[in-house]
This record gives sequence, C-alpha cells and structure tokens, in this order.
Amino acid sequence: MNSGIEIRGLGKRYRLGARAERFDTLRDRLAHAMVSPWNRLRSVLSGHSTYVSDEQLWALRGIDLDVQPGEVVGVIGRNGAGKTTLLRILARITEPTEGRAVIRGRVASLLEVGTGFHPELSGRENVYLNGAILGMSRAEIDRSFDEIVAFAEVERFLDTQVKHYSSGMYLRLAFAVAAHLEPEILLVDEVLAVGDASFQRKCLGKIGDVASSGRTVLFVSHNMEAVQRLCQRAVWIEQGRIARDGPTDEVVSEYLRQWSGNRRSTYRAEEADAGGRAHLEFAELLDSSGRPSTHLRLSEPFVFRTRWYHREPVSGASYFLRVFDSRDRLLFSTNSHATDLDADESGFQEIDCEVVANVLVPGDYSVTVGCYLRPKTMIQQVDGALLFEVIPVPFDEATHVHAGAGALVAVPTRWTRRASRLVEPIAR
Amino acid sequence: MLRSYMTTTDAPHTDLITVIEPREGWVRLDLAELWKFRELVYFLTWRDIKVRYKQTVLGASWAILQPLTTMIVFSLFFGKLAKIPSDGVPYPLFSYTALVPWTLFASGVTNSAQRLVSSSNLLRKIYFPRLALPLSTVTAALVDFAIAFSVLLIMMPIFGYRPTIYVLLLPLFVLLTLVTSLGVGLWMSAMNVQFRDVRYALPFLVQIWLFATPIAYPSSLLDEPWRTLYGINPMAGVVEGFRWALLGTETRPGPMILLSSVVAALLLISGALYFRRVERTFADIV
Repeated sequence: MNSGIEIRGLGKRYRLGARAERFDTLRDRLAHAMVSPWNRLRSVLSGHSTYVSDEQLWALRGIDLDVQPGEVVGVIGRNGAGKTTLLRILARITEPTEGRAVIRGRVASLLEVGTGFHPELSGRENVYLNGAILGMSRAEIDRSFDEIVAFAEVERFLDTQVKHYSSGMYLRLAFAVAAHLEPEILLVDEVLAVGDASFQRKCLGKIGDVASSGRTVLFVSHNMEAVQRLCQRAVWIEQGRIARDGPTDEVVSEYLRQWSGNRRSTYRAEEADAGGRAHLEFAELLDSSGRPSTHLRLSEPFVFRTRWYHREPVSGASYFLRVFDSRDRLLFSTNSHATDLDADESGFQEIDCEVVANVLVPGDYSVTVGCYLRPKTMIQQVDGALLFEVIPVPFDEATHVHAGAGALVAVPTRWTRRASRLVEPIAR
Repeated sequence: MLRSYMTTTDAPHTDLITVIEPREGWVRLDLAELWKFRELVYFLTWRDIKVRYKQTVLGASWAILQPLTTMIVFSLFFGKLAKIPSDGVPYPLFSYTALVPWTLFASGVTNSAQRLVSSSNLLRKIYFPRLALPLSTVTAALVDFAIAFSVLLIMMPIFGYRPTIYVLLLPLFVLLTLVTSLGVGLWMSAMNVQFRDVRYALPFLVQIWLFATPIAYPSSLLDEPWRTLYGINPMAGVVEGFRWALLGTETRPGPMILLSSVVAALLLISGALYFRRVERTFADIV
C-alpha cells in the first residue's frame, strides 16, 4: 500500500563500451546528417545514436521490490550484480530503461563520501559546499555544523584547506556531512569500505542510529557482518535480478553458501585424486588476519596454504601456483624453485605461499595449484583449486591504491616529498 | 523527485512522492526544482569564484589581461595599421568597451562547456538538477566581468569620456549577454558530453563568433536593413548597446536589440530544452 519504496519491473540496459570512451563525434553525426538530413538531425538532437548495433547489457531487469517505511534493507550480491545500478536509479542519477519506482518521502543518497569536496577550499567551506550538493539548506547546515565538526574531530583544522588534511580526517569530515542529512529514506552504497577500522566502526554506528530512528534505509554492502547487524531484511541480487529476498540471516547464509559453492576458500582432495607420487590434499586461502576467506580487500596481502601428501620421497620437486582472472587470462605464476622446499621426504607437507604485495584489481580469480618434478615432469596440477574475489575499496590509505576503472593492476605506492637539491634547471 | 531540503520545517514529508521511470522525448524544464536548489547554484558559483582566485598566481589580473591584451592587439593591427573606423571614438576605448561584455560571453560559454565533463564525479554520484552546473558557471563569470569593467571605468576619463545617462540601461545589456552565454553554454555543455570533438570545435566557434561581432569594427559599416539584421547575432546587439550607453555612439538600440533579445531568448529556451532532453544520459556516458 503505502510503502516507502515501491519498485515494479525496473530494468536498466547499458551499451557496452559506451562508458569506456565517448563514442560519438559530432563530425560523424553531422556527416550522416548531410546524407539524410531529417533522420540524422533527429539523432543528433535526441542524443541517441540511431545506428547503434553495439552489444547491450541488462545490468538490472525485472526488479520488483517493496520497502516499508522504517525498514532497513541490506542489498547484497557479487561485484557487477546490479546492486549499485539499483541504487543509482533510485537516487535518480541514472534513468531506468524500463519499469517504475515510486518513493514516498525525502530521499538522500550516499554513494561515495566526499563527492564535491574541493581540495583548495577549507574544511568549513567544504562542509557548506558538500552539504548543498547533498541537498541541505544553509539553515540546516548551520544547525548541525557543530555536530558535524565534532563527529569528524577536525575542530582545529576547520580553516585549513582540505588538501592538507590526512586522508583519515578527510574521510571523517566527508562522512560527517553526509551522516547529518536528515532524510526519510537513505540510500547507502559501500561507504564503509574506506578508512581504518575505527572510522568504519564510527560510520556503522551512525548508520545504525539512522536505522533505529525509524528511517528507511537501503544499504548496499559487501560486508556481511554489517548487513547482519543493521538490517532485518536482505535482498540478494544476482545478474541483475533478485535472487532472494527475506530475513537477513536466511538470505545472507544462503548467499554465503552459494558463494562458497562457487568460490572456494578451501580445496579438499577426493578419493580419485589420490594415487600419484604425490597429490594435493588440501588448499586454502588465508586473508591478512589468517582466516580462510573467499574475498580479499583490494591490496590486502594473503597466503595460499597447500597441503601435499607425498607417497614417496622425491627430490627436485617444485610447487607452483597460477592465478587467472575471470576471462581465464594468466595473471601471474610463481613456483618454489630455488627455495629449500624440496620434498625429499614422504608424508604430509604444508606449503605456504605468501602474496606479499597483492596488486590484483577487483574481480574474480581462480587459482591453479600444482607440483612438478624439475625440469618438466608434472606430478599433479589442480585447475581452479581455489576461487576468490578481490573486493573494491575506493582508496587505500596505506598503499594509495585506487580501484580505478580500467586499471590492470593495483600497485601499492609510497609518496614522499623533499626539497629538491637540483641547483640548476635541466632545461635551459 | 521533489526534494524539499530547502524548506526549514522538520515536519515529515511523507506526502512527497517521487516517481522514477524512463522519460521519452522532450522533458519539461522543471524550473521549480531548480529554484529549490538555488542554494546549490549559489554555492557552486561561490566555489568557482573562490577556487579560481585561490589557484591562479595572477588571480584577478587574468580577468583584466585577457580583454586588455586583445584590445592592444586590435588597436595596433585594426586601429593603427588597417585604420578601421571606430565611430569617432578612440580605437582602444572603442574596442575595449566591446571586449568587456564579449569576454563575459566567451568565458561563460567556454567554461560551461567544460563544466559537465569536469564534474563527472558529481554527475555520477549525486542527483541534483543538472542545469545548476552551467548556470553557476555562467554566473561566476560575472566576477571577472566586474573587474574588467572597472578597468573600463578608469580608461574612460583618460580618453575624456563620461558615461551617458543611458548607463542605467547597462544591466539590461549585461543580462542579454548572460542569457546568450547561458543559451550557447547549455548547447555546448550538453553536446560536449555526447560528442568528443566538441572540445576541439569550441575554440574555433568562439573565434569565429568574435569576428562575427562588431568588436574590432563598428556595425555602422553596414547599411540598413543589414545593420538591423546583424542583430541576429545577439552579441552584436550587446556590443553596440554597450558603446551607446557608455560612449554615446550613434547606435541607440532599436529594432536591432529587439532582434538580438528574441534570438537570445530562443537560444536559451532551446538550449535548456536540449540540455534537459539529453541530461538523462549524462551519468552513463560522462
């Protein structure tokens, strides 16, 4: 009846590649216009290419969803499942291709913290600017200004340009502005993926406050723990459709079950695999806290742990790992050659391969694990022994890695500055 | 979506209903919504101005340098060498008076054309009436205009000129400049998102337009009815209006300025409609 959000048959189609570069040139359009003036002029004016035969992709299709006022709904799903597209449509940033959504109440969306912050402006100026961009009136900002500043803990730096802020301060201030919006319906996308642990706790607490104050919240996150803590209800989106909708605990556990079916944080040998000179008994992927995991944060270091059973001592054996992306391209390959790992005794051997610098960009990966006898005798090779996903983080403070669209690797960097000792300019 | 952030009451707005569905064809302008976001326009304008004067070494002097150097070049080549007539006004004053509103127009157009593309992050993350971006950019150009104009006020007594009483009408000519600038700016900014070659075509367009406007020469070179028809270029009307109001030239606005106003209004309306029509795709392609 009077639901806060009512969605019927919502769908969004993208033209593949349209995003990567602006495809059209006015010259082309005008050249076509010369040929058959009226039709082509219409195509120029409408902004739609009439001669597209590009591949098209439904990012979202046939979504029906009702959210009652005061409900806090978590939206979960894999990368690219359509969660963010749904939020972007509801936030009116992009238009649906079909279907309809009706929203009752004031809406605020938080798709990113700090959008519209300008580095040249002071903290104070940015609060007003960002507040206005998010839809607050000056009177509203005036009223919550002190609270915002206190939440962000930047009192002393209010009149400093934000380009001199540490990234922690920057994030806190940016989140603080957004957190003090007073909408009836709040759309939140993955904002908790940034910042350090204490910042995340603080944000989570604030979103919890909003949720418990009777507002309607749609919360997109990869963080299952946060979803379970905040939301009574969860919606799982898979390939642009709602796969499941129900109580959070049920949906999340089913999602994780399916996920781990699809993605393996651990590999266990089956009877059939045994028999060779050696076989892979067990493999797992450990995240930076040492727990088996199927998903890693961007630039999070991790460990491949494998357990091999050697039926007989073999000398000159090396272990190897190959990591492929979702399009089956080999990304890197590593082996234990030139280490003291030679399996010259029988029995179980536990082999750790630590990925010291994780430069994988967000996406799905599969791991081939194997053992061979130098120089070229394969003992065993298990394709797809482990499947995992790297999850995007907008900006990693420690490594300055951006999960920018299109980058092939996410290389950690360190930035420093010193006064240059160069006395004379090189260019004369 | 009728966001009502601008109201000051805290009362719930559950009566607010937003319908999201695909739009087809031409869309209405929805100026009411733009009005609700007027503070955003104000803040964006303010940001533009603030950042502009914070970031550049020369700061305010840019606003003067641009028309001033053009004036010097014009005076040398067109005034001295080519001996182009200037309605009896000293050539430097003659051309600078025209360059001041011209610069307002040109920077408004150029900046707003770049504005959407350079604000791609905003467009992709936040909803607000997209019209606010070009609108605030054109408005921000007024500060540069004010600075350049004050130089004109210094130049006039040097050349022995005092403004006529008609200077009171000057705001109308400024308004006409803004309307034209916004109209063209809306077209260009929306097209710049869609077509990647607009960026290259734009300086060219502005250049041509500069010479198609009676800045380096007087429109009195033309006979009627051509002089009146010249008003099809709204900037021609503006420039001659400026000279008339400030320098007392024989270019009292008549049918020409009427024609200019009509054209400017048409540019603005069509620009806004076109902008609204294609803005739905901005977030997907910018």
